[in-house]
Amino acid sequence: MIRDEDILLIEEPQLGAAEKLFLPQILDGMKVTLEHLGKSLFKKPLTVQYPEEQREINVENYRGVHRLNRDEKGRVACVACFMCSTACPAHCIHIEAEESPWEDREKYPVKFDIDELRCIYCGMCSEACPVDAIELTPDYDLVGRTREELILDKEELLSIFDATKDIKPRKNPRITGYAGTGNRQGDATAGGKAQA
Amino acid sequence: MIDFLTSQFGVSVVLAVVVVVAILGATAYCIYFERKIAGWIQDRYGPNRVGPLGLLQPIADGAKFLFKEDVVPHHVDKVIFVLAPALVFLVAMITFVAIPWGGQWQLGDTLINVQVANPDIGLLYIVGIASLGVYGVVLGGWASNNKYSFFGAIRATAQMLSYEIPMGLCILVIVMTMGTLRLETITALQTDPHYWLGFIPQWNVFLHPLAFVILFITTLAETNRAPFDLAEAEQELVGGFHTEYSALKFGMFFLAEYAHIMVGGAFIAVLFLGGWHFPGIPWAQPEATQWYAVVAKMLVLCGKIVAFVFVIMWIRWTLPRFRFDQLMRLAWKGLIPITLALFVLSTVLVYTGHHRSPLWALSGNTFILLVVLVAAGTSRKTITGRQANLVRFDRDATPTVASWGGMS
Repeated sequence: MIRDEDILLIEEPQLGAAEKLFLPQILDGMKVTLEHLGKSLFKKPLTVQYPEEQREINVENYRGVHRLNRDEKGRVACVACFMCSTACPAHCIHIEAEESPWEDREKYPVKFDIDELRCIYCGMCSEACPVDAIELTPDYDLVGRTREELILDKEELLSIFDATKDIKPRKNPRITGYAGTGNRQGDATAGGKAQA
Repeated sequence: MIDFLTSQFGVSVVLAVVVVVAILGATAYCIYFERKIAGWIQDRYGPNRVGPLGLLQPIADGAKFLFKEDVVPHHVDKVIFVLAPALVFLVAMITFVAIPWGGQWQLGDTLINVQVANPDIGLLYIVGIASLGVYGVVLGGWASNNKYSFFGAIRATAQMLSYEIPMGLCILVIVMTMGTLRLETITALQTDPHYWLGFIPQWNVFLHPLAFVILFITTLAETNRAPFDLAEAEQELVGGFHTEYSALKFGMFFLAEYAHIMVGGAFIAVLFLGGWHFPGIPWAQPEATQWYAVVAKMLVLCGKIVAFVFVIMWIRWTLPRFRFDQLMRLAWKGLIPITLALFVLSTVLVYTGHHRSPLWALSGNTFILLVVLVAAGTSRKTITGRQANLVRFDRDATPTVASWGGMS
């Protein structure tokens, strides 16, 4: 049991006569809500009438559905380095790599699946990508009937690139001019970072 | 046939049908306006998708209620479970019987009361029947066999019992002032063409404003509306008494709630706001008995009800809910003493013959209000029990280790 001398007795603040009657305070509150009511009636509320009216979103910054970029030859730009799936905090990226059939890189992804329902749309994958192959698009109305439908594979992710490349062009197309595997001279980001 | 339709009974039957249909439609649109007002107060649009301005929303809601699965849980008392919403709804509908809608109508050479029934005890009838509404709530909560529902029902009962007393006393003030229980006569007495100071109609609200305010508060409590909607406090009780109800049964509870509010509005309008009377409108005077005057009077009364319903919704979206002990304290320690004082005042006024004099009534009301203000301002909450011997913490003193007492 707590001893009496250890207790601090803090008295409640006493209310005045008007506060105890409630009514003046209630009328004050009703005045506030009436002002809001009048404002909504005579001025347009801020609400966006969604399907007809859509908010303008920042195409560069918006973190919607992923896309897998193509290089200038139309091939998948990804080099299957696994940086994105390592960076992913939700573990929603699954890549299967194989030896690349092309000259300019060692590996390429045969499978590239993103579980869009597990994804938290943090954008760490696109930050981690050394070749700017994975990016988030401004598309946010992704729907599906089953969970499986929302695990997007490589072809679907590439088709999202085809659909969105006009509104959000690829940031640095030079990136895919690899000029031979291992040679970082033609690699824009790698070069830039090395100089900095 | 024509004879029947032009008799008092025929008019009553037709009016009953019209009123029931109108009330059903009005309750549906009450729900729409409630949502609209909620939207506006919260800087939103409110329902605006179904039809122009969302006006078809109640129809969509009604269709939804009709076609949803009507779940009757296996653990409920089936008979009472089905009976409860019907009872609530029935009670809400039959209360309108005694409301004087449109004064008198000169039809041929007879004067017909535009009222479904005009009993001598119309006022008692409304009070009695409206109080039956809580039976539906209690039976629904009991039959649901669910703790939350039961708690909601218990709260509704306790609240109803407590607020009936100040409500009854407020009504008694009016009954004594008017000297009758017949609602049509109460309205007629308020339509006296001799306005006070030349422009204030002789409505009871200008005689007993305190009783009006208290009757308004108790009506909020009786209709289970915010800030007294403890019976359905969703944060504590899921849905309160209607937790287990779905589909049309839930819809009936919902409609009955709004019907009760409209009864409350009509009741307050008749008792305090002169019913169908309005100064300055020639058709809303007792002398006008043509059919268009009857329509105008009905519209005036409906306008008063709409204003009442609006204020109730406005209050709902302004005030937080009372705690249960605060609710009880307000009734027993706040409203009942004030209404008792009002009751005594009105007996004195009747005894001295000044019961229709605004000067006397208003000074009595002001005196009671002053007493209440002084009592509220000077009363202090006493600290009892173990805390009485403790050292008070001084808010204004600089906090030191010594003032806390140390660990020793």
